[in-house]
Amino acid sequence: MPVESVLATRDHEVDRPSGRSSPRSGNHGKRTRWRPVKDQSKFEAQLDPGFAAEIAAEVEGGELLHQCIQCGTCSSVCPLSAYMDLTPRRLIAMTRAGARDDVLHSMTPWVCASCYACTVECPKRVPITEIMHALRRISLRERTYPRRFTTPVMTKAFVDMIHDRGRSTESWISLKLYLRTNPALLVKNAGIAGRLFRQGRLGITRARIRWRDDLRTLLEAVSA
Amino acid sequence: MMATTYTYYPGCSAGGVGRAFTESLYAVFERLGAGLEELEDWNCCGATAWPSVDQRQAYALSARNLALAEDRVPGPGPVDLVASCTGCYRALLKAQKALEAATPTSVRLRDALAAIGLEFTGRARVRHPVDILLNEIGLDRIREAVVRPLTGVRVASYYGCQLVRPFATFDDSRNPTSMDRLVEAVGAEPVDWPLKARCCGGSCYCGGPVIGAMPEATMQLSYALLREASKRGADVVVTICPLCEFNLEGFQDRMAKRFGHPLDMPIGFITQLIGLALGIDERALGIHRLLHWRLPERVPAGEEGGVHARA
Repeated sequence: MPVESVLATRDHEVDRPSGRSSPRSGNHGKRTRWRPVKDQSKFEAQLDPGFAAEIAAEVEGGELLHQCIQCGTCSSVCPLSAYMDLTPRRLIAMTRAGARDDVLHSMTPWVCASCYACTVECPKRVPITEIMHALRRISLRERTYPRRFTTPVMTKAFVDMIHDRGRSTESWISLKLYLRTNPALLVKNAGIAGRLFRQGRLGITRARIRWRDDLRTLLEAVSA
Repeated sequence: MMATTYTYYPGCSAGGVGRAFTESLYAVFERLGAGLEELEDWNCCGATAWPSVDQRQAYALSARNLALAEDRVPGPGPVDLVASCTGCYRALLKAQKALEAATPTSVRLRDALAAIGLEFTGRARVRHPVDILLNEIGLDRIREAVVRPLTGVRVASYYGCQLVRPFATFDDSRNPTSMDRLVEAVGAEPVDWPLKARCCGGSCYCGGPVIGAMPEATMQLSYALLREASKRGADVVVTICPLCEFNLEGFQDRMAKRFGHPLDMPIGFITQLIGLALGIDERALGIHRLLHWRLPERVPAGEEGGVHARA
């Protein structure tokens, strides 16, 4: 898909409350597809009954997922649910139903701001935010994430930087991000960068730690 | 009282947008007779980005910081690791809980730490500066040290998300009040507002207008906060998160344009507010790094020429 159309998709379909001016009616219009799911899980044969167990195993306390009573508290306290293609409540329901493909192609985990409002309010103590993180992990692993949406690109840029240097530098992360997602932001935000620079708040020197080898050994040891 | 020195974990944003927070924190702690010493060779906590790739590695990153803190302070007593950025605070605290639990993950993390000659014995405790100011230094000591009470200044304290969630360690996750008590201690008047712990949209994940993931969503969230604060008569909003501070402060002109309502709300860090009341030099507090900062001079209600709080 050409860059222009991806960016246009992002602006017009994700970045507005999903209830309004949807081009199509029904739930399909709500989803922003950088690459649509070809077969939506409408039939039992398309469901993956082990999906909920897979998620539960990924997350500490994840088995509480099965206790969800679908009350919708998570969706109502979520400050960003209006911008999600599947609200948290729907996401949990679809996970339990085993709609693996739809859930992993959803934008919802990448829209989540990790503010933990849902986790705190959930009457059944389902660790929803952690489930979002688990879904991100799986979708990165299986390459079902929205390729040019900012959050996954940011995640990768951030992780690469920490892996190499041990610390992150905001200005460099933003620069990388703009180049990979929307270079027009370089121009748009130049004024802010200039202001931060004058205030001495734009860290330009790239920070790094001394014992970088230690850090790499540690990361390898823990995933071995 | 004997001066305590805390191990300080500044976090990555301390070198960037959160610089004023670190500066004012050092100044305030010094004035209150508590020392801060930066943890040597600290590394990134993993934030919310690393758990999105690998949870165990994210724990390991934070675990190294905890082990380094223990390494630094000898003796059997607990080691307080003070993390100012709320993102770091939550990430480190989560790792601390993972290490303390009797799970295979904990064993694995300890083994990985042993591979680089470090050890976690359970002495390290992650603390937040607000927690230290409130529960270690104490409101009495702060009240005694105030030389320029901020009488009549109406302050809305903004807690952000990850200070009180998911772990409500020293405050309530729905209606936190710790910062309001600090605000009261320096003579200012806390503003009661319901959005004090609602997401501002500035986290790495939500993007913030500067990251550009969802500029519209972020502006809606921040605008709601600022409007509510100004409707309730706040003169200033103070926060404890570098990302929230930047997000609320930096885009007020864009929000004003987008929503057609003028916005000029001073945003700062709670430590800067406390520092001003303690009579610390503005430059040392990093006030010059803020965009909209100003404090009104106000005669309190009840005195001659005084203004009523909800005037």
